[in-house]
Amino acid sequence: MDTIQVAGVSLAYDTPAGRVSALENVSFATEPSEFLCIVGPSGCGKTTLLNMIAGFLRPGAGEIRIAGHAVGGEGFDRGVVFQDFAQLFPWRTALGNVAFGLEMKGVPRAERERIALEQLRLVRLEKFAAAYPHHLSGGMQQRVAIARALAYNPAVLLMDEPFAALDAMTREEMQRLLAEVWRETRKTVVYVTHNVAEAVYLGDRVIVMSPHPGTIRAEVRIRLPRPRDALSVEFLQHQKELLGHLTG
Amino acid sequence: MKAAMSIAVALLLYEVLARSGVFAAALVPGLPAIARALWSMLADGSMLKHAGATLYRVALGLGLAATLGLALGVLMGRWRPAERFFMPLVSVLMPIPSLAWAPVFILWFGLGDVATILIVFYAASFPMVLNAWTGARAVNPIWLRAAGAMGARGAALFWKVVVPAASPFILSGLRQAFQRAWIAVVGAEMLAASDYGLGWVIFDAKEFLNADVMLAALAVIGAIGFVFERLVFGALERATVQRWGMLRLARP
Repeated sequence: MDTIQVAGVSLAYDTPAGRVSALENVSFATEPSEFLCIVGPSGCGKTTLLNMIAGFLRPGAGEIRIAGHAVGGEGFDRGVVFQDFAQLFPWRTALGNVAFGLEMKGVPRAERERIALEQLRLVRLEKFAAAYPHHLSGGMQQRVAIARALAYNPAVLLMDEPFAALDAMTREEMQRLLAEVWRETRKTVVYVTHNVAEAVYLGDRVIVMSPHPGTIRAEVRIRLPRPRDALSVEFLQHQKELLGHLTG
Repeated sequence: MKAAMSIAVALLLYEVLARSGVFAAALVPGLPAIARALWSMLADGSMLKHAGATLYRVALGLGLAATLGLALGVLMGRWRPAERFFMPLVSVLMPIPSLAWAPVFILWFGLGDVATILIVFYAASFPMVLNAWTGARAVNPIWLRAAGAMGARGAALFWKVVVPAASPFILSGLRQAFQRAWIAVVGAEMLAASDYGLGWVIFDAKEFLNADVMLAALAVIGAIGFVFERLVFGALERATVQRWGMLRLARP
């Protein structure tokens, strides 16, 4: 069964300048454990689409299903990572942040702290379990956010440009780490980005979107072996192909 | 240390004034006379009894105001109908001095603890409501979104996200509420309490022209206020919002 199924989803909202169509008839599905990237310029509705899969927004038309169940709001079957470093709760330690979802699920303290520590180990931050977010660098905060979204074992991980605000070197390091985390956890990932190289590095498949209204323009399957070499000819060819779809 | 210095200078100036002979010694007693009065009241335990009574009234009035004010303020900040209903009431009631209610409360509840505690409650409520209201509206929406994605609803969302997220404002509200409560309790005791409390001590001493006792009680009122402001709230702030990086220290 498809993990995520997006069928004929549209969304329009009213602005002082009139009715704006953010998304128009968007459909796609993911395979289990697939890493799907969505690229597009700002205004193409990629974040809106992710927010609808997360259950923060309702589609105006169409339907979204996760493992066959229609999305009617947020749920433990999905973990979400945002771009903003401020997404962590400053009043909780790294461990406390990662344990939050389990706490909401009613998992007893000892058990949830054990799982949270395991998740921090996955993003190599177990030594910082007792640190508060403001003592961590931006990259470390985003790693905690990934551990937090994975801690309650959702089927799907939704990521909205999580590394966009990081410096180039840290971003590459984070992409490598995420590829490893994904290989180990085998989650279905939907990853929104405007960075084409990032999409080619991470994705099994890349959906290219275009704005006004937000629609799917192309779908490109990336069949490169992992870990990927960003300097290989094939990698650059994929990048070129995607850029062609974006600008063409 | 700096605090001790400024207080010492102020005391010295007072002592110079008291010894200058401009005012009668019975009306403006020197520091040794005040210290003797303070010592004898501490020694016979009466000052402790009075301070205890005052603290008890503040604890109840402030505790009630903090609990209800927090709940109401956050509710108003998170739910528009509550804001629309309560905000006009807050605006009307807030400008009324809490002591203006003293005769009314005395009429309704008689002299004593109930009237005094209600006055304290009235004075302390508004800073708490207003700060909690602002704090709830200042919560970073991304925390609510992240918490929602992780299944936080209802009471868990309130206690584990909204309240800590608003804590810099809530602490500030608590601090102001204490100050208002501490000011109100002394006035309330002068009017509505009988036989004990620091405010009552001052009012009672006036009848017997005991300026030294009045000033000794004032010193105790100031000292307790100072301890709460600097030690209790300072420590509370360091242990929470400062440790969490939600408030930073001013530049040295």
